[in-house]
Amino acid sequence: MGDWSGYLALILQGALVTAQLTVMGSALALVAAFAAGLGRIAPLAPVRWLATVYIEFFRGTSIFVQLFWVYFVLPFAGISLSPLMAGVLALGLNVGAYAAEVVRGAILSVPKDQYEATIALNLTKLQRMRHVILPQALPLMLPTFGNNAIELLKATAVVSLISLTDMTFQAQVVRAQTGSTLIPFATILILYFAMAMIITTGVRALERRLTRGLDGVR
Amino acid sequence: MTAPIIRIDRLDKVFGTLKVLDGLSFDVMPGEKLALIGPSGSGKTTILRILMTLETISGGHIEVCGEQLYHMRRGDRELPADEAHLHHMRSHIGMVFQHFNLFPHKSVLDNITLAPVLTKGEPKAKAEARARELLEMVGLSDKAGAMPSQLSGGQKQRVAIARALALQPRIMLFDEVTSALDPELVEEVLLVMKRLAAETDMTMLLVTHEMGFAHEFADRVLFFDKGRIVEQGPPDQIFRNPTQERTQTFLRKIIAAGHRV
Ligand SMILES: Nc1ncnc2c1ncn2[C@@H]1O[C@H](COP(=O)(O)OP(=O)(O)OP(=O)(O)O)[C@@H](O)[C@H]1O
Ligand SMILES: [Mg+2]
Repeated sequence: MGDWSGYLALILQGALVTAQLTVMGSALALVAAFAAGLGRIAPLAPVRWLATVYIEFFRGTSIFVQLFWVYFVLPFAGISLSPLMAGVLALGLNVGAYAAEVVRGAILSVPKDQYEATIALNLTKLQRMRHVILPQALPLMLPTFGNNAIELLKATAVVSLISLTDMTFQAQVVRAQTGSTLIPFATILILYFAMAMIITTGVRALERRLTRGLDGVR
Repeated sequence: MTAPIIRIDRLDKVFGTLKVLDGLSFDVMPGEKLALIGPSGSGKTTILRILMTLETISGGHIEVCGEQLYHMRRGDRELPADEAHLHHMRSHIGMVFQHFNLFPHKSVLDNITLAPVLTKGEPKAKAEARARELLEMVGLSDKAGAMPSQLSGGQKQRVAIARALALQPRIMLFDEVTSALDPELVEEVLLVMKRLAAETDMTMLLVTHEMGFAHEFADRVLFFDKGRIVEQGPPDQIFRNPTQERTQTFLRKIIAAGHRV
């Protein structure tokens, strides 16, 4: 049996990679979700089609295959990405496609009355979205966004496919070197759970802030 | 002779196969207080919604403040209005809805100042000062900081009136603004509207089932049935001596239902 603190450091390094992937992937997913979610309800038909193609494509193929394409096939098109960037891109676009439907659904579920009030008050289309529709749609999106972020966290483990040393990868290294399965995998179990808890707590706090004063409305 | 502020000319509105407005024509003079009455489904709400550009039209023309509402002139051609034209035209018109449609995520004060700040570029301080004046006028000075969810229906509707007034439109549309309220809250809203009618020279179009209020409020009453005007005239004439069979039947039913006229 080796030096456990050294092995723990290894796993923590992996945890850092996992956290990076999760944070950056979620940020990209958020951007993609709003772009595609708003695109789905855009007045211009080509914009709607583009958004629909993106969403259906990324929901209809596995993250495993997407990652493979981003990392191994894009270079043939002259786009070479670092493993981390490739991981962020694949994870972000994949989860973004699911979250786009959340964005769209939440926007459409804001009552039509609200939209009509903004017309009667002569707000421009952008002002309607920004000041009235989105502030009411956001609290509806948040719980599902939290789930999406946790899904993304769990999906990060696929990046070992492109030689990224994330938490799961490092646990396997430790297991190979020490012969112990229980200790490294119990460690990452706790770490994954802790990260998921951080996401859940963060999203709840955000939700509370955003819905202040909205009580009794829905 | 002053020109009408609203001119509706052979207006048609079709929903699917249902003809809701059928070659409707009438004018409204500046400052006039108009009551639109008639049986359910006769097209009253649709007229107001068309004036607020919440619906499209199927045929005909509407002129508001001397300009076409749904058409624009480009050279000698007449084109359907684009969003920019509608935006320009909407600045003349405000509307108060049956269900208030306040923004639940904004305080009473922010509900009122939002549009003046955004659409007219008013400084926040000026918009707030005016909002407070309006709140005082509707008797809600103490509610500026409240959220809509903390208000009663009557209070919500009074805020909605203040919100529409904040943009200082020349024309105000009221669609059954008291019919979603508990009976004991109706009076406070009607009072505000009576004061408004008496104190401003705004043009007002009111859709209502409160015949007593229509009688008191309006300079002219239009009785609608099936998307057409059946009869119109001063309230005394319409309510006391209606000439048309359908008007008489309608008013009889309303009285039988316990409304005072
Ligand atoms: N969006 C719509 N789609 C289809 N039909 C509609 C739509 N809006 C209104 N209608 C129909 O148009 C007719 C006129 O409706 P409108 O709401 O103008 O009547 P109203 O006179 O305001 O009636 P009420 O007194 O019940 O409010 C009704 O038959 C209604 O069902
Ligand atoms: Mg109606």
